[in-house]
Amino acid sequence: MANVIQPSRIEEIKPPVVHVGAIGWLKTNLFNNWFNSVLTVVTILFLLKTVPPFIRWAFIDSVWNTPSQACRHATGACWSIIPHNYRFIIFGFFPYNLQWRPLLAMIILFVLLFFSQNRKHWKKSLAYSWIAGLFIMWLLLKGGLFGLASVDSTQWGGLLLTLLLSVFGLTAAYPLGVVLALGRQSKLPTVKMLSIVYIEAIRGVPLISLLFMASIIFPLFLPEGVTINKILRAQIAIILFTAAYIAEVVRGGLQAMVRGQYEAAESLGLNYYQTMRLIILPQALKIVIPPTVSILISAFKDTSLVVIIALYDLLKTTQTVLSDPRWMGYSREAYIFVSIIYFLGCFSMSNYSRKLEKELSRGD
Amino acid sequence: MPFWLDPKKRAIFFQFITLCMVGLLAYYLTSNTIHNLKRQNIATGFGFLHKTSSFEIGESLIRYSAANSYGRALIVGALNTLYVSSIGVIITIILGTIIGVARLSSNWLVSKLAAIYIEVFQDIPVLLQLFFWYSLFYTTLPTPRQALHPLPGVYLCNRGLEIAVPKADPAHGYMAIAFLAGCIFVYLIRRWAKKRRDRTGQLFPVFRVSLAILVGLPLVTWWLAGAPTAMSTPKLVGFNFTGGKNFSPEFIALLLGLVLYTAAFVAEVVRAGIQAVSKGQTEAAMSLGLRPPMVLNLVILPQALRVIIPPLTSQMLNLTKNSTLAVAIGYPDFVSVADTTINQTGQAIEGVALIMVLYLIFSLLTSAIMNWYNKKAALVER
Repeated sequence: MANVIQPSRIEEIKPPVVHVGAIGWLKTNLFNNWFNSVLTVVTILFLLKTVPPFIRWAFIDSVWNTPSQACRHATGACWSIIPHNYRFIIFGFFPYNLQWRPLLAMIILFVLLFFSQNRKHWKKSLAYSWIAGLFIMWLLLKGGLFGLASVDSTQWGGLLLTLLLSVFGLTAAYPLGVVLALGRQSKLPTVKMLSIVYIEAIRGVPLISLLFMASIIFPLFLPEGVTINKILRAQIAIILFTAAYIAEVVRGGLQAMVRGQYEAAESLGLNYYQTMRLIILPQALKIVIPPTVSILISAFKDTSLVVIIALYDLLKTTQTVLSDPRWMGYSREAYIFVSIIYFLGCFSMSNYSRKLEKELSRGD
Repeated sequence: MPFWLDPKKRAIFFQFITLCMVGLLAYYLTSNTIHNLKRQNIATGFGFLHKTSSFEIGESLIRYSAANSYGRALIVGALNTLYVSSIGVIITIILGTIIGVARLSSNWLVSKLAAIYIEVFQDIPVLLQLFFWYSLFYTTLPTPRQALHPLPGVYLCNRGLEIAVPKADPAHGYMAIAFLAGCIFVYLIRRWAKKRRDRTGQLFPVFRVSLAILVGLPLVTWWLAGAPTAMSTPKLVGFNFTGGKNFSPEFIALLLGLVLYTAAFVAEVVRAGIQAVSKGQTEAAMSLGLRPPMVLNLVILPQALRVIIPPLTSQMLNLTKNSTLAVAIGYPDFVSVADTTINQTGQAIEGVALIMVLYLIFSLLTSAIMNWYNKKAALVER
């Protein structure tokens, strides 16, 4: 044991000062070669040119809560358009004194979403609470029961309508998408053919053409005297559209199942429905949760297209405010406000999806 | 044995039931539609395509006036769609690649900026972005008289972007032909060089020679055609510009919205593709003695492209499909023209069917090409 080197004898040498601390960080991350140095300098110049004027416009020279006349004299942003109109932007034409109801409905939705984030809560009870929650939301919006005054669905609008179209759209499209995906994997040639034609046709056309169909052709499909209101028709178009995309995502999950799973189920004597319901779908659907969240994100963004068939969603209520002569010309401020709403929604969902993907791939 | 226990008979029975249900639904919808069309006195069929359209279209690549037929108006719309999407696709791929590479840069600042760009532009609906850019033209940009003049020959005002372009000359046509000929020539040279490399191992500077041919042939043609240098510059006459090339606010807003939105997705695709090639591949190629451009060309790109191309195509298709949002800001693309046609003739079914068929053709063509490419690029396992 005598020739073991004693580690304590060696004097610890500190790394040179240019490799640690702030200077070291700058050197490795911003100025590690001449190209990066040039890039850094150019980027900083660009930021200096753009960021301070923007901050000046948005925060220093801006007005926050003034009548519209005061905005005409301001040199910066006129954020006053938001506090004066936010209730219309968010709730649309919902009766002013009843707006606590959509607010409550949205809170229920957010609580449900927040609760569903945690994978420990993914049980049957969660599904039931979603069904109950959606029903209560519907009741709050529609009214007409338990002494709530009835509100016509043509008065739904704003953020409320955007959320409604995307959440109900995805909920209703999901089962349809799963059926289509199973149809596409089916051994029966007719079922397979029909599913493929449906999925590929819907994915090949833009959403707008379906919305046009919903708004102008759909009434022709119905027998004389039967009418469906415009929001529901747009909702059906969004459901039919989203279902095709969900079908493709679910197909990915089904394809990831190894043959052994099917064979094991068969050797247990399970029939097709039992195999799918008990063995295949629970596993396949779990794999595809992250891509499903991205479909929810696109559905949330795509609902803005209903502007084109003149439904009053978040974007349309904003434009309505902008067409008011008092607030005309402050479109930048209004659109930035709406962008922030959309951004927060999409960003939190995509962040969640990424986190989930990591968790699932780690397999815990 | 009863028939529901025989898998073969049961399968036939199920398919029969499905077909019957689909058929019944189709019959129900068609009969309702025919009845409703008769009741509301709406004409059917595509006869309207030959009638006079009697509406003007703001921008057109071919000659068109209100006296032309609906059919020609729709062709104008389809060409506009192709025009804006093809320009959009080219700029998007360039911008997306730059941002995707920037995201992977070792430069902290550049990488973070690219990340912020990707996150922000992905998470805002493309329609909202279109409205934003379009409104910028009307709320911030000055009238033609006080037009911004950032570069010589370039003017920016609320009537759009005006830039100086070379005056029309037959030489440009010859140059285009020379360029096409150059493309064919380059293709042949590449094939020959690859064959020679496989046979003898000798290398040929393909990239430099190709570049020289692609740039040189049109230049030589231009010089032979008399080197025309006359420019058509935009000039303020009265209240508006004449001369030069005008890009309308609608076109620019549409292009800007589509490009900035799709580039964020393309950047992610490019980043994923580059990251999919492991570092060992680069190191192995370098230890074989390949020089950096050859490492990129022969080892990294073929593998990265295999990952990049399929999602990239679907993004390009998305861009084309999103170009239908032009109808919201008034750029006369196919959907916008079809919408006007529907409003004037009342023939909604035919109009929407035309829209769907056109975009289906785009998508099916693209996926056919993609499948062919995928087969060609797929790993051949030995």
